[in-house]
Amino acid sequence: MIHHQLIVVGGGLSGLRAAVEAKAAGIDVAILSQVHPGRSHSGAAQGGINAALANHPEAHDDTPEKHAFDTVKGSDYLADQDAAIQMTSDAPGIIFEMDHWGCPFSRTDDGRIAQRPFGGAGYPRTCYGADKTGHYLLHCLVERAYERRVTMYVEVFVTDLIVEDGRCRGVVAYDMIRGGFEAFTADAVIMATGCAGRIYSNTTNAIISTGGGAAVAYHAGVPVKDMEFIQFHPTGLLTTNILMTEGARGEGGYLINDLGERFMSKYAPKAMELAPRDITSRSITTEILEGRGIGGKNYVYLDLRHLGAAKIMETLPGIRDLAIHFEGVDPIEEPIPITPCQHYTMGGIDTDVDGRTVMPGFYAAGECACVSVHGANRLGGNSLLETIVFGRRSGAAVVADRAGRAGGGDASAAGARAVADVEARVAALAARGADGQDPYAIRADMTVTMKDHFGVFREEKEMREGLERLLALKERCATIGLRNAGGVFNLDLIRTLELEGMVDLALAVATGAVERTESRGSHARTDYPTRDDGAWLKHTMAHYTPDGPRLDYKPVTLGTFEPQERKY
Amino acid sequence: MPEAKFHIKRYDPARDEMGASRYDDFVVSYDSSLTVLEGLFSIQEHQDGSLAFRYCCRASICGSCAMYINGKYRLACQTNLRHVHADVITVESMPHLPLVKDLVCDMSDFFAKYEYVKPWLIRNSAAPEREILQSPEERKKLDMPIDCILCGACYSSCPSVWTEDNYLGPAALLKAYRFEVDSRDEAGKVRMPSWDNERGAYRCHTITNCVEACPKELNPTEGIQWLKMAAVRRRLFGKNK
Repeated sequence: MIHHQLIVVGGGLSGLRAAVEAKAAGIDVAILSQVHPGRSHSGAAQGGINAALANHPEAHDDTPEKHAFDTVKGSDYLADQDAAIQMTSDAPGIIFEMDHWGCPFSRTDDGRIAQRPFGGAGYPRTCYGADKTGHYLLHCLVERAYERRVTMYVEVFVTDLIVEDGRCRGVVAYDMIRGGFEAFTADAVIMATGCAGRIYSNTTNAIISTGGGAAVAYHAGVPVKDMEFIQFHPTGLLTTNILMTEGARGEGGYLINDLGERFMSKYAPKAMELAPRDITSRSITTEILEGRGIGGKNYVYLDLRHLGAAKIMETLPGIRDLAIHFEGVDPIEEPIPITPCQHYTMGGIDTDVDGRTVMPGFYAAGECACVSVHGANRLGGNSLLETIVFGRRSGAAVVADRAGRAGGGDASAAGARAVADVEARVAALAARGADGQDPYAIRADMTVTMKDHFGVFREEKEMREGLERLLALKERCATIGLRNAGGVFNLDLIRTLELEGMVDLALAVATGAVERTESRGSHARTDYPTRDDGAWLKHTMAHYTPDGPRLDYKPVTLGTFEPQERKY
Repeated sequence: MPEAKFHIKRYDPARDEMGASRYDDFVVSYDSSLTVLEGLFSIQEHQDGSLAFRYCCRASICGSCAMYINGKYRLACQTNLRHVHADVITVESMPHLPLVKDLVCDMSDFFAKYEYVKPWLIRNSAAPEREILQSPEERKKLDMPIDCILCGACYSSCPSVWTEDNYLGPAALLKAYRFEVDSRDEAGKVRMPSWDNERGAYRCHTITNCVEACPKELNPTEGIQWLKMAAVRRRLFGKNK
C-alpha cells in the first residue's frame, strides 16, 4: 500500500497547480493521472485565460471588479458573487506567476502579455499564447511540477474513494502499467479530473473526459451542483466536433448563414459574434432550425478569410492546422463548417472557494468542481483561469487544514477493504462476461440520448422521454458484462468501469434539467422561455441514490451585483 | 458503407516474448470519414476488447497516439484514411521502444531524459511585480520548440537513440533549447551540463529523421545545432547566449 500526505487525482492544470502549491509548503504530494500530465485535456484549450491586466490599449481602465461583473452577468446571475470576485482578484497574480514560471504568452509591442477580446467581456482581457494557450500553460505547470519533484503516478485510473468514519482517506486505482488494483492512502485528496463532456455524443472534449472524478465523489456521497447547466460551444468542427476557438471570433471572424448574412446582428446587435456562448449557440441553432443552415443542413460557416493569411498564420495557426487536417478546409481559402457542440460542464462537485467539500479530507478543483463561478453559463477564458486559481487555493487549503491536526493515522485496513470491494465488483462483471449487457451499446445510447434530449433547446416532453431512456440504461448497467478482466492497459476494464459513473452523471444533468422550469444561461427551455429569479435563483444539489438523484437546493450568494436582464 | 482493412501489430506481455511480432487483421465499416484512432476504437469496442492503445484529446495536441502507420510516424487521431493512400492500414507501435502492450510503448526513459535537461525556466533575480518583459522578437524564437507535444515520434525515429541508450534524444534536447533560447531564462551554466556532453547535443549527427517524423512539423535538429553553437560560443567567448 502506498501512502502520501496528499493525493491529487488528475494531472491537468488544476491538479498540477494544487500539487505545486502543497509541495512548496513541504507537503508530501503525489499526482495520480490516467494519462501523463502533459497529455491532460487542459492542453486542448485554445483561446486564452482572462485577467484584468489592462495591457490592451482599449482596456486601460479594466479592473478585477469589472471582470467579476462580466462573469456574474455571463452566468445569468447564478454564480456565487463572492466566488467570482475571489477568482477575478486572484487572476492577475496567477497570470504573472505563470509568466515567471516560463509560460510563453504572446506579447504586445512593448513586451507585455498580449490580450484579445472574448465573448461577453467588456474589455479585451483574454491573455493568450497564439491559439494554443492551454497547451502552453499545461506544459509550463508540468515543468514546474518536475522542478518541484512532485511524485507522479502516471497511467493509473482512480475508481473509488477510501472513506472511513465519514472522512476521505485515499483512493483506489487500477494501475494500467502493472495491472491490478492498488490502494493509495492519504491524509487529504484533491479531485481534479476535469469534465464530463463524453456523456454527450457531440462534444469538443477529450476522450478521457468522462467525468470520472465527479462520479467517484458523487458515488461516495458528495453532492454535485448545477449539473443541468451544460455549455454548448458555438463553433465545433462539423465532422469531428473538434473545438475552433472563440479567439477566432475574437480576432474578427464572422458567423455566416446560408444567405451569406452575419446573422448575429439579429440576436446580439452590439456584441455580434462576441456574444456569450449560450446566446451564440442558440442563435446558430435557431438559424439551422429555421432552414438557414448551409444548404439547409445542420451547420453554418465560421469565416476567417477577410482576416488575411498573415493574421491567420500569426494568431490562429493551430485553428488552421486543425481545419486542414480534420475537415479538409484551409480557412485562408474557405469558410469553416461549424456547429454548436457540448463543451463544458458548469456543474460539478460542490465546493467552497478553497476547494473544500462536505466530506472532511476531500477537496475538488477545476472543471470537475463547482464553486460556483460560472453559474448557468461560463465566459470564454474563465475556465483556464478557474483551474489555476482554484487549483492553487485548494492546495493551500490542504496545507492550512493540516495545521493543528495530527496525522490521519493508519488507513491501510480501510484501503484493503476498498481494494477488495472493487475487485469483487470486477469479478462480478467478468463472471457475466459476454452474456452480460454490452457496455459500448449502453454508452452509445446514453450519448445520443443526451445530445437529442438535453441539447441547446430543451422542452418538458422531450426531456421526460430522455430521462426515461436514461433510467432504462441505468437498469441495464446492473448486468453489464466485462469481456476482458485482467492484464495491463486493459481498456475494456477502464471503459466499462467508467460507464456507470457517466450514466449517473447524465441522470443528474437530466433530472436537474427537467425540474428547473425556467430558462437561465445554457439551460434554455422553449416551454419556460424566461428566467424566474423568484423561484429559481438557486443552485441545484444532486445527491446520489441507487434509484437516481435526489435533488435539493441551495441559495446563491448575491450582494454586489443586482440581477438584471442580460443584453449584449 | 465503405470498409477499411486494418493490419495491427500485437504484443501481450502475458503471452508473447518481447520482440516477437504478431499481427491481427480487422475490417471496420464506417459512414463517410474515419480516422485511424476511430478505427482502433471501433475494433476495441466491437471486435477485440483487449486491443491496447493510448488516446486522449483526438485533436493532435496531447501527443498520446503517435504510432507507426503504413511505415510513417503519425498521430492516429490526425490520420484520416484519405491521408493514407493504401488498401490496408498497417498500424504498429513506434519502433525501437520497449512495449507495454500492443500499440502502447514504455515511455519512462523518454520522460526521464526530458526531466534530466531541467526543462523549466530558471531565474535568479527577484520576480517583478508584473510580467517579465519580453519583446515579440524574443518571443518569436520560442514559436517552434514550444509546439512540441512530447509524442515521442522523433525519439523513436533517431538512429543515435537506437545505438546509444544514454543519448537524450531529440525531444529532450529540443526542450533544453526551448529554455536556453528564452530571454527570461537565467540558467547560465546550470542547465548546460545536462546537454553539453557526450550523451547530449554532440550525439546528434544531423540525420534529420526527427524532422521527418515530427507530426507537428517541428525541427529538433535545428534546435540541437543551436545548442552546439551556443556551447562553442560560450567556450570561446564566455558569452551566455
